[in-house]
Amino acid sequence: MKNPIKTGVVALCLTVAAACPALGEALVLKGSTTVLPIAQKVAESYMKLHPAVKISLSGGGSSNGIKAIVDGTADIGNASRFIKSKEIKLATAKGIYPVPHRIALDCIVPVVNARNPVADLSTDQLKEIYLGKIKNWKEVGGADQKIVVISRDTSSGTFEVWEKLVMKKARVIPSALTVPSNGGLVQAVATTPGALGYIALGYLNDDIKALSVNQVPGTPDTTRNGLYPISRPLFMFTNGWITGRTADFMNYLLSKKGQQLVEEAGSIPVY
Amino acid sequence: MKQQTIETLVRWAFMAVALFSITALCLIMLFLVFEGVPILKHVSLKEFVFGLYWYPTSDPADFGIFPLVVGSFLVTLLSGVVSIPLGVMTALYLAEIASGRTAEIVKPMVELMASMPSVVIGFFGMVVVAPFIQKTFDIPVGLNLFNASLMLAFMSIPTICSISEDAIFSVPQALKEASFALGATHLETIVRVIVPASISGICTAVILGMSRAIGETMVVLMVAGGAAMIPGSLFDPVRPMPASIAAEMAEAPFGSEHYHALFATGLVLFAFTFVFNLVADYISHRFRQTGEASL
Repeated sequence: MKNPIKTGVVALCLTVAAACPALGEALVLKGSTTVLPIAQKVAESYMKLHPAVKISLSGGGSSNGIKAIVDGTADIGNASRFIKSKEIKLATAKGIYPVPHRIALDCIVPVVNARNPVADLSTDQLKEIYLGKIKNWKEVGGADQKIVVISRDTSSGTFEVWEKLVMKKARVIPSALTVPSNGGLVQAVATTPGALGYIALGYLNDDIKALSVNQVPGTPDTTRNGLYPISRPLFMFTNGWITGRTADFMNYLLSKKGQQLVEEAGSIPVY
Repeated sequence: MKQQTIETLVRWAFMAVALFSITALCLIMLFLVFEGVPILKHVSLKEFVFGLYWYPTSDPADFGIFPLVVGSFLVTLLSGVVSIPLGVMTALYLAEIASGRTAEIVKPMVELMASMPSVVIGFFGMVVVAPFIQKTFDIPVGLNLFNASLMLAFMSIPTICSISEDAIFSVPQALKEASFALGATHLETIVRVIVPASISGICTAVILGMSRAIGETMVVLMVAGGAAMIPGSLFDPVRPMPASIAAEMAEAPFGSEHYHALFATGLVLFAFTFVFNLVADYISHRFRQTGEASL
């Protein structure tokens, strides 16, 4: 009978401790779900090295991460995109100066069903397909089969990159299926023979096939040297230039060991 | 303490509890209105409800939820076509025809279906039903209106069945006996006496089942396909309102037009379920069977 109460009290104390920045030994990270697995891996390993430091992590999306920096509810705001000018205005109005730290790279690859013979599409072809102008796989060198266009929800970071780098701000056709997650997209493409979708490189598995874009396959190397056209940097934002514990954490993340953890988390190290 | 003081205290305590939940609900409603209405500064009500394009993050953005409303409506309607006959007939079977032992086994199983988490049903629809539909009907994709309706029907059958079963079961024995005494067969008794006598309960069951289907989020998010367009066939993907709200709310910047548009969509959805419940209430009062003589 006593134990659950005790655990409850301890948990409560821990929460209070984690939420209280005055202790100086707590770090709060919030934001993009794309950055979350990286942050998680690095935080675990960092806490092992520094048992006194309490790191609390939460998702909620890139916009929430940047918002947390503006509100001061987090030390580090994770984002899978750069800060928008609207957000900079909002921050400076409150006397906050968001500083970006490029911590990893992400590579978005077009994927098709494993049995699809097509191996390469150009960015123009991808755009035409997502505009609904190319409707059949035979128009791009495949079998006579309708293309099932699968996209991500308009609010996802992956979609934003796709919209910017492939669609060049043109609108994806309304009849495109949308799925709420990278995992859901893999599932949908794996079970639909005519499907075309796009995912972060880390989610690629044997059930689906990645296409090369403009004859360049999406790999860590082609992403880092800039040859692969659909890639993006991932950021952590802080308020002002980093000092103290935040700086120590960031240095760890950008060290060789930290970048190795980035790779383990399925993203691409910056060097 | 005096008996009377205790009485008064208990009375006030219960009233406070009742008021608490009502107040909380009212506040949520107010919040919905306050967060949803600002979208009308950017688009007119007509453009919002009857607009054909939902591009909330494009620049310039389009906030037309008509495809979402149609999606919700069609998914609910189609699931009703499947779940109402199945649910009501199962209820009739359980209450009237099945032997005591069969009913004892089947009834808990139907109720068990009601406790199935919606995410499990959604996953089932995505992994098992979608490829099946896609192969059987030889269509490009299995995540569509048809699949979502089937999964929703699956979810509303237990609600419809158990509530109408209660209604059918509570039809007075005397009515049934009188019908038999007049020489009616079992089928005639069910169709002409039992169903009319319990129609208000059955209607309430149907409408509660439907309002569960229209508000259901997880299943439609996973299996409806999520394309914000007005479907041209049974096998086109749709994007019902709850799916849109759930998928986009997390990334909509706080206080943005998109944020307000999602709350306004919630308001429209609320209006739908509210009307459903009003109709259910009206029917259950209007056709209520009072006594045995009024049939």
